[in-house]
Amino acid sequence: MSYLYFPGCSLRSTGRPYEESILAVFRKLNIPLKELDDWNCCGATAYVSIDENRAFTLAARNLAIAERMQNNGNAGEDLMAPCSACYLVLEKTQHYMKTDEGVNTEVTAALRRGGFDYKGTTKVRHPLDILVNDIGIERIAKAVVRPMKGMKVACYYGCQVVRPFETFDHAAYPTTMDRLVTALGATAIDWPMKARCCGGSLTGTIQEAGLRLNRALLKEAEKRGANIILTCCPLCQHNLECYQKRINRRFGESIHIPVAYFTQFIGLALGIPRKELGIQRLFIPLKFADPPTKEAHAHA
Amino acid sequence: MKLPTPPALRTTVTNSPPRMKTVVRRLKFESELDLSFGEHVAERAYGQKLLSCIQCGTCSATCPLSHYMDYTPRKIIAMTREGFKDEVLNSLTIWLCASCYACTVQCPRQIHITDVMYALKREAIARGFYPARNPIPVLAKAFYERVRHDGRNTESRLLITLYLRTNPFKMLKEAMLGLHLFLTGRLSLKKEKIKGMKELRKMIDSVEPRKEAVPL
Repeated sequence: MSYLYFPGCSLRSTGRPYEESILAVFRKLNIPLKELDDWNCCGATAYVSIDENRAFTLAARNLAIAERMQNNGNAGEDLMAPCSACYLVLEKTQHYMKTDEGVNTEVTAALRRGGFDYKGTTKVRHPLDILVNDIGIERIAKAVVRPMKGMKVACYYGCQVVRPFETFDHAAYPTTMDRLVTALGATAIDWPMKARCCGGSLTGTIQEAGLRLNRALLKEAEKRGANIILTCCPLCQHNLECYQKRINRRFGESIHIPVAYFTQFIGLALGIPRKELGIQRLFIPLKFADPPTKEAHAHA
Repeated sequence: MKLPTPPALRTTVTNSPPRMKTVVRRLKFESELDLSFGEHVAERAYGQKLLSCIQCGTCSATCPLSHYMDYTPRKIIAMTREGFKDEVLNSLTIWLCASCYACTVQCPRQIHITDVMYALKREAIARGFYPARNPIPVLAKAFYERVRHDGRNTESRLLITLYLRTNPFKMLKEAMLGLHLFLTGRLSLKKEKIKGMKELRKMIDSVEPRKEAVPL
């Protein structure tokens, strides 16, 4: 089992701890990852607001490179995209190339211009899907050295990882991450906001609306007793964590809840040192002491 | 960056007595509508399903942003279908849509509402139908240019361009956040660029730019 890896622009800047923790966790589980050769931006939600077929072409170049790599010694390797926006854009491109003839003809022709003969075999996957459905919760649970006892986790999926295609989980009430953190020894709290939108880039554009969406998410997590929020998208993490101070100031709240990537949490449970997981890069420090290892538990 | 404040966000309430207003006709006559607008948008948002909307309002109910919008998604669909082109393209709604697809998965008629919003955004940008300093189209354009130039997006540079073009003072407001990101190693000014830029540009340029103009 091995995968092609599409980091995306976010994981090279604000989402750096996400990349660090993904690489560390996959290394620990002995799953090789190979970065996609000369990948380009997926186009996100902004590019498609200017020109749609060009946006599809931009994303399709990555799919075509992945297929080329599969044909050259990486057979059967799916393309892993950890950022929700990248994941959806790549998946959506694949979907419309298969279902819309106009899109397919135009994009295939454009790819040919760049020397790609794309057959459409690339499969786009999210690390959450891979960890739970390919590697398996049991295998991860076996590798746990520090059970995360006493942690009450609000699993936050955001929108684009489950919607609109519902590839591996339910669109309104997903449970993949909840099952995963339960296997790590933590408690996943039940909360209805797990797939509600964080507003994406609205915090940078129409901030008043963006902050209100995040405030609702944070308050609900707090009310239900979560002591950490886990995300699987760099933009959700950025919004919920980096704007927390501003939300408190703007609305007179006193929310203080760390927001980490789910891969960082897995890494802690697997006993990977904090520095390798990029925990020091979080704005709101994870103050809890690392839980004792299984052996220490047994002694006590 | 003066946005028309939607009613839901207004914090002050005026207590002044109601004044006599000029009488304005608030409805449009059919002759003033663009009757082909609905068909035109439907064609650009995957299928004629848009025209089969039953106005149940599920989209407005699921939308986490609908209470900040000037027209709810249900209204936008009705207005698009009936040809209220100017109102639709001038609305704040299309810019508030954060593409979370909540409406799309719930729609009983399987209308791709998020794609409809994208189609309307493209229409509005192509026709210059937005408040001059509305940061969203500015961001979209800056993003487009950056990716066209480097093949990748460098977040820090994109944000600097955005603030310079909309509200430079906002950059000062965001400076502390930027500094914090920089200190934690989460913001770099180093430009990200791909090697196959020539090949990528050739591919992109070979795609005929979509003509968004509505036949009038």
